[in-house]
Amino acid sequence: MKSKTAVHPGARLKNRTSFGQSVRHSLTMAYRGLLKIRRTPEQLFDVTLQPIIFTLMFTYIFGGAISGDVISYLPVIIPGILVQTVITTSIVTGVQLREDMDKGVFDRFKSLPIARIAPLAGALLADTIRYTIATVLTFGMGYVMGFRPDGGLGHVAIAALLVIFCSWAISWIFAFFGVIARTASSVQGISMIVLFPLTFLSNAFVPTDTMPNWLQWFVDINPISHLVTAVRDLVNSGSVGWDLGISLIGAAVIVAVFAPITVRAYMRRT
Amino acid sequence: MNAINVLEKAGGGSEWAVEASGLVKTFGGNRAVDGVSLNVRAGSIYGVLGPNGAGKTTTIRMLATLLKPDGGSARIFGHDVIRESQIVRQLIGVTGQYASVDESLSATENLIIFSRLLGLGRAESRRKAAELLEEFGLTEAAKRPLKNFSGGMRRRLDLAASLIAQPPLIFLDEPTTGLDPRTRAQMWETIRRLVNTGSTVLLTTQYLDEADQLADRIAVIDRGTVVAEGTVDELKGSVGSSSLHLRVQDQTATGEARRIVERVLQATSSVSSEAGKITAPMADADRVTDLLVALRESGIRLAEISVQKPTLDEVFLTITGRGAQEEPAPDKQASTRNQEVAL
Repeated sequence: MKSKTAVHPGARLKNRTSFGQSVRHSLTMAYRGLLKIRRTPEQLFDVTLQPIIFTLMFTYIFGGAISGDVISYLPVIIPGILVQTVITTSIVTGVQLREDMDKGVFDRFKSLPIARIAPLAGALLADTIRYTIATVLTFGMGYVMGFRPDGGLGHVAIAALLVIFCSWAISWIFAFFGVIARTASSVQGISMIVLFPLTFLSNAFVPTDTMPNWLQWFVDINPISHLVTAVRDLVNSGSVGWDLGISLIGAAVIVAVFAPITVRAYMRRT
Repeated sequence: MNAINVLEKAGGGSEWAVEASGLVKTFGGNRAVDGVSLNVRAGSIYGVLGPNGAGKTTTIRMLATLLKPDGGSARIFGHDVIRESQIVRQLIGVTGQYASVDESLSATENLIIFSRLLGLGRAESRRKAAELLEEFGLTEAAKRPLKNFSGGMRRRLDLAASLIAQPPLIFLDEPTTGLDPRTRAQMWETIRRLVNTGSTVLLTTQYLDEADQLADRIAVIDRGTVVAEGTVDELKGSVGSSSLHLRVQDQTATGEARRIVERVLQATSSVSSEAGKITAPMADADRVTDLLVALRESGIRLAEISVQKPTLDEVFLTITGRGAQEEPAPDKQASTRNQEVAL
């Protein structure tokens, strides 16, 4: 054993972690998340199977009825199913965070002189790899079924980034449930109750003009609808509209609200 | 020398690694820790001895900034655990009762991640991980996932992880509970070496012999309060250097035998209701001859007699006085006994 017990040689002890340190710590924690995914690839089942099955199912069930034929339904359904799938995937973030926090290793993270937000932010950041897989597979399935986006590859990439970013933002909500809930399965339960109406009471699968007025009102203010519209604009016409702005602002607001309260709740938990 | 270095680093200039006064933690209606005060001198090994549920872990968690105290205050090298928690975290290493390492990763990956979090560079983390694995005899298992690790290996890895930053104060919460004797001895050796490098160690344990082997001073905790504190010798002195266990053939003579034991040994004895076994502390093993003579003179026939080193049970009985009353009600005695068993 080396006969020195210096903490950080030469450095003075500070009671604060700088922003740079916080980012570094979060990135290290994200690296941990990636290592975990590599060790247990079976946890990627949902993000690989769900996009394939849902895309196939919804397209062939609704395609003819809604748009006349499958090919002309694709520009409508692919953005819808993309948003629905990727955001549903972000629930798993909360569930896994809950399971992870029950393990002893979180005690060590808490006792280390690292930014308090890092274990949470890192986990959420690592999960963007899951959203990326789901996004790529959904677009891939669309392509296989004959979807050729008019917006071009560049706009498809922007749309993909938009969906991944928004899902990351929304995953803070589920991270919050993950921190306050007692068990992992209750996180799943609460999250589904929140997300199910949000994704289905939107314009993700069907045009809204046949819905009753009160429902149209809800669908119009539903942030998921705006995200779906923003993605449709990007991939189908390469245009950027007000919906993109609303989606980004909404995502930023979610992070601004839920990140601090999640960290607070995390700190309070023993 | 090194200890002095550490103190300068800590900036407090105080000789105390831990100063806790009146720590309180309540869970619901249960006062898990009820006014614990501890002072641990820098460079020493301090043992906190107590049964399960006595409040040992809760106390350590408060000192290690993992839990906010409901009352009282604590300082680590002069830094307040609440107001300067981030400084305190730079001065401590914590090894929990359950290994706080990542099950899904390998030993190397665990150590590299902790090293990176502590601000070491990529190459440096790799080197540090290899060095610690070597030192703790885990090199062979370095790449295997922890799922296949034995309890002892996990604990060793856990301790290794606490030593990455070479913190001047290390908390060890029951470091050897559940380990086999050989691994336990290895762990003790490691803890001793730690102190030789200038670190201060605060460890909790349920075993008197562990505290005996390692600690310079011991605090005995029961029901959230410190019931005794002192050097190992002082504590042992209060219990006697050994203890007598005695059972008589005729159970009805137990009371009589007990009186003789107490008279000859000049100590309070206790008796377990189910087996009728009398237990008493003994300052001097030679007294047993006097006792045997006295028992023979009274015509009491023995079924069993032994002289043993004092156990934690007896330390407790002596210090808390529980179970040592004259004639406790049978049910109360039984419940005390159960508690002892649960120790």
